[in-house]
Amino acid sequence: MVPRTLPDALVRRPLRFWCSRWPWRAAASLLLGALPGVAAGLAAAGLVASWRRTGLVATMVSGLLLFASVVLAAGAVERRRLRLTHPDAVPARAGLRDAGGWRAAGYGALSACALGWVDLAVVLVCAGVPGVLMSAPWQPEAGPWAVACGPVAGLLLLPVAAYPVAAWAAARSAVALAVLAPGERELREVRQSRARLVDAFDAERRRIERDLHDGAQACLVALTMKLGLARLDLPAGSRAAREVAEAHRMAKEALAGLREVIHGIHPQVLTERGLAAAVRDAAGRTAVPVEPDVVLPHRLPGPVEVAAYFAVCEALTNMARHSGATAGRVTGRLRGGVLVVEVSDDGRGGADPAAGSGLTGLADRVAAVNGRMLLSSPAGGPTLVRVEIPCGN
Amino acid sequence: MRQLTVVIAEDSVLLREGLVGLLERFGHTVPAAVGDGPSLVGAVVEHGPDVVIADVRMPPGFTDEGLRAVRELQRLRPTPAVVVLSQYIEQTFAEELLAGRSGAGTGYLLKDRVGDVAEFMASVGRVADGGTVVDPEVVRQLLTRRRDPLNRLTPRERQVLALMAEGRSNAAVARALVVSEAAVAKHIASILQKLDLPPAPDDHRRVRAVLAYLGA
Repeated sequence: MVPRTLPDALVRRPLRFWCSRWPWRAAASLLLGALPGVAAGLAAAGLVASWRRTGLVATMVSGLLLFASVVLAAGAVERRRLRLTHPDAVPARAGLRDAGGWRAAGYGALSACALGWVDLAVVLVCAGVPGVLMSAPWQPEAGPWAVACGPVAGLLLLPVAAYPVAAWAAARSAVALAVLAPGERELREVRQSRARLVDAFDAERRRIERDLHDGAQACLVALTMKLGLARLDLPAGSRAAREVAEAHRMAKEALAGLREVIHGIHPQVLTERGLAAAVRDAAGRTAVPVEPDVVLPHRLPGPVEVAAYFAVCEALTNMARHSGATAGRVTGRLRGGVLVVEVSDDGRGGADPAAGSGLTGLADRVAAVNGRMLLSSPAGGPTLVRVEIPCGN
Repeated sequence: MRQLTVVIAEDSVLLREGLVGLLERFGHTVPAAVGDGPSLVGAVVEHGPDVVIADVRMPPGFTDEGLRAVRELQRLRPTPAVVVLSQYIEQTFAEELLAGRSGAGTGYLLKDRVGDVAEFMASVGRVADGGTVVDPEVVRQLLTRRRDPLNRLTPRERQVLALMAEGRSNAAVARALVVSEAAVAKHIASILQKLDLPPAPDDHRRVRAVLAYLGA
C-alpha cells in the first residue's frame, strides 16, 4: 500500500523510503518551517541595528507589527507545511474568535521563535555533515585519508541522515496536526449531532406522551366511567352485571398499565418542577426506602435534567431489582457548573456494566450530553453510581 | 347526598362530557364545563359553584394550568371546594395543592378513580363538605417509603390511616375494615399518638396525620 503520510512512510523498508519522495518532502517541510523564523530574525536584526536612527517608539511599533505578521505568516506556513507531510489533512482555518484560532497563533509564534530554528539546525546538521565529508577532496587542508574516505563516508551518511530529518519533520507535523487539524472539531461535531439526536428523541417522547394522554388515556377513562355507570343500572347478580363488572375491571387494569407507560415515557413533574421534585417523586415510588437529597440553585437545561432523571430512575430500578438493599440515597448538587448526582445503596454490590444493558444504556445516555458515569460496586457492596453532567456556562 | 353545583374544567371533550353525564346522573347541577384554566376562573366567578373539578394539565401550555387556576380560586370568597384530577399522582403536586389550600375542601385524585363511579361521587361529596381526599396511591407511596414514624404503625393502623387519607369517617372506616367503630377510634388514637399529634380541641388532627407525611 502506498503510504499516505510521512510517519507511515518512515516505518517502511529503508530502500522503499529512500526511493520515495518522502525524504525530500520532509526536508522541504523543515526548510519551509524555518522560513518565518529566519525572515523574522533578519528583520529584527535590521530593526535593532537601526533603532538609534528611527527612534524607540517607531522601532517598537514596527517590532510589534513585525511580530504580528510573523505569527500570521507562521500560521499560514504551518498549514502549508502540514500538506507536505500529511497531504490528506485538512487543517482548520480557525479565526481569532475561537480557541482554535488563538491556539494556532500561539503555535505560529512558537514556531517562528524557536521551533523554526530547530528545523533549520536539523536540516543543516543532517545535510551539512555528509556534505562536508563529501567535499573533502576540494578542501585545501584535508589530509590524504580524508580525501580518500570522505566522499565515500559522506555518500553513505546521506541516506542515514534522511532518517533524523524525516523523524523530526514527522514529530513537528504531529504537533502541528494536534494544534491545527480538525480532529477536535470533528469530535465536537459528532457530539453535537449526538446531542441533537437525543434532543429529537426526547421531543418525540414528549409527543408520544402527549398523544397517549390526550387520546388513549382519555378514551379509557371515559370508558371506565361509562362501564361504572352501566353497573349502577344493572340488576345485581345478573349475568349482564357480572360481564360488565368484568369489563370494568379489565378497562381499569388497562388504564393503570397505560398510566405507568405514560409516566415512564416522560414524567410531567420533571417538566414542571424540575429535577429535584422529579427525583423526590421517583424515590418515593421505589420499593427500597430512598432518601432524596437534591438541592440545586436553579433549573438546569432541559437535556441535562432529562438525562440525569432517567439515569437516577435506571439506578433506582437496578437497586430495587438486584441490590437487595434496605436503604438508598440520591444526592444531587451543582458543583462548578457540573451537575453531580449520586445514587448509593447498602446492598450486596457486584453491579457489572458488562452484564446488563441497563448500566451501559445509562452511561450512553449521560455521554450524549457530554457527561460521564462512574460506578463503584465491589462484591459485598455498597454500590455507588455517580453521574456528572456539565451544564454549559 | 345533597345536590351540588359543580363546575368542570377538563380539556378532553370525551371526559368532560362524561363527567357532566356522571354528575347529572347523580342529581348534581353542572352550570359550566370548560376546557382551560382561565375560563375555569371566569366560570367559577360567574356561577359560584360548591365544587370545582379540574384537570391538572390543560391548554394552552398543557402543563399545570389546572393547579395554577386552582391557586387563583383560593382568592375568591367563598372559596369553592376543589377536586383536582391528575393523570399520574405526583407527590410534589399533591403537597403543593394541599399546602396552598385552607378553609375549603380539597381533593387530589387520579383520573382512574372516575371509573369507580360511586366512590368518586362519594369523594366529591366529602370534598364539598370541607373534607380532604387524597388519592390512595399517594398514601400507598408514602407507606412504602417506610419512614421511621410509619414503621411504628401496625399493618392495621396503616390501613386505617390510608382510609382516613381518603377522607372517610370513622363509621366508613369501620365498615370498610369490618370492625366496630370503637375499634377504629382506638386505632386512630394510637396512630395520632405514634405520629406525635397530641390531642387538641380541633378535629383536623386526622388530616394532619396524613399531611404530616405529605409535607415531610
